[in-house]
Amino acid sequence: MGIYLPIAEMSVNVFVLLAMGAAVGFLSGMFGVGGGFLITPLLIFYNIPPAIAVATGANQVIASSISGALSHFKRGTIDFKLGFVLLIGGFFGSSLGAVVFAWLRGLGQLDLFVSILYVFFLGTVGGLMLIESINALRRSRGGVPPSLKKPGQHNWIHRLPLKMRFRASKLFVSVIPVLGIGAGIGFLAAIMGVGGGFIMVPALIYMLKVPTNVVVGTSLFQIIFVSAYTTIVHSTANQTVDVVLAFILMVGGVAGAQYGVKAGQKLRGEQLRALLALLVLAVALRLAFDLFVKPDNLYSLTSLSGRPL
Amino acid sequence: MTGRVAIVLLLWLLSASRALAQDVHSEGIQIGLSTDRISITADFAGADLTIFGAIDNTDPLLSRQGRYDVIVVLEGPARPVVVRRKDRVLGIWVNRFSMTFVNVPISYSVATTRQPQDIASPETYRQLSLGTANRHFEPEDALANPTTIDEFTTALRELKRTTGLYSENFGGVQFLSSNLFRATLPLAPNVPVGTHKARAFLFKNGLFIGESSAQLAIVKSGFEQWVFRAANQHGFVYGVFAVALAMLTGWLGRIVFRRD
Repeated sequence: MGIYLPIAEMSVNVFVLLAMGAAVGFLSGMFGVGGGFLITPLLIFYNIPPAIAVATGANQVIASSISGALSHFKRGTIDFKLGFVLLIGGFFGSSLGAVVFAWLRGLGQLDLFVSILYVFFLGTVGGLMLIESINALRRSRGGVPPSLKKPGQHNWIHRLPLKMRFRASKLFVSVIPVLGIGAGIGFLAAIMGVGGGFIMVPALIYMLKVPTNVVVGTSLFQIIFVSAYTTIVHSTANQTVDVVLAFILMVGGVAGAQYGVKAGQKLRGEQLRALLALLVLAVALRLAFDLFVKPDNLYSLTSLSGRPL
Repeated sequence: MTGRVAIVLLLWLLSASRALAQDVHSEGIQIGLSTDRISITADFAGADLTIFGAIDNTDPLLSRQGRYDVIVVLEGPARPVVVRRKDRVLGIWVNRFSMTFVNVPISYSVATTRQPQDIASPETYRQLSLGTANRHFEPEDALANPTTIDEFTTALRELKRTTGLYSENFGGVQFLSSNLFRATLPLAPNVPVGTHKARAFLFKNGLFIGESSAQLAIVKSGFEQWVFRAANQHGFVYGVFAVALAMLTGWLGRIVFRRD
């Protein structure tokens, strides 16, 4: 069944989109990630213009994160103070991202920049996760208990000024890195159409030493608001949010996530992470491949603002 | 259909009466559209547009010999267009060179009585800026290298042809009688909204004699168009709505599936 996307201005198959949303929802439920980093590249592979894929991805992330955030809210595993500080940084980063987005689009370099960012971040995170999970799998097979990093260790980040106390996280840390992480994620959200959980969670754990029980909830809390802000900024400045496309993806995603959660409970943590790492690397490789292979047509047409024609 | 014929007939009568006062051998051309406004829905999959027209004051002998030719063009609204070319930089394909053309019709379809080379000389087409291969595009930077302008113009035409927005229908104009003709022009599924201009060119023995034009407004209707307008005119409200919809969907999903 074909459906016409009013902003992307193209006809697509609604079942393909539902399946895409469900598949990503399944994976996001299974691995506990937002799925924005999978949705946006998939949409680009499906010939949705990258500018629209990114802005619509940010919109879709809200729906896929809200359920998890509500669960964490109920359990009280959100550090609101930390979340708000991250959010302030996020608003700045996202605003800057939207400006850079429009500027790159006018230059005709947006698609390239988005692809390079994806290859870089997915490649790095996927690679690190794969190494880590393979090591963990080896250790568990060898019978040696996995060594956990001690949360008490401090690094240079903890020597920065402007310290603030975050009770729920049992942290006393400078606001500079918190604002910085928030801004970085906001920037990536605006340009890549991701929630940024896959960068936020490791950053909070390894850089700020936030206890793992509040990391996911706080990250989801921040992601919802930054994605909402990003969606509004994109729709105001660039008119690239396709609400019909986003809605179809959300419906598929919300349904798929439920089955993903059940499937995820049957797999072991390290196996799960190794699988997710392979998936992330596969997406990165596919995007990298497109960068290096000669395109079918070297020429392209856009409007003055960079909208594809 | 009756309306269409009536308009054509009226045009023909008008022009015929005018022709009486003129020299016997100054032919003229008239076209008529059955409507000046076409409304298409989002699932529009393309269609054929039929334009009727008449040539007044034809020479019966030349007409019998088939010396009259008509080319009908439907030109969409014009917009500036940037053409970019990718080149390899450090192994990666990057948009490097670009050229902006100031007034490029978004769509351009042509119907002719015969193969273009049998109607008039390439020189005539170039002067008239007529046909997908000869429509003139004005580069923003008029002082650019002519070979570069040529290269990007060719790429522009090729891309427009590939998307179906520029098309040619040789034999798409048929004479119904010695002076009435019918032109069939394809409207691509992605035909742009806006004011389109239909122009008919008359040729006699390979020489351009006259032209006539009519305007046609193409508008999109339906839900999708409403969404498009909302996004472009009320971006902020649209964004807030998109966020609210996402939150509602996520929340409803949680209630329906009860994860915890």
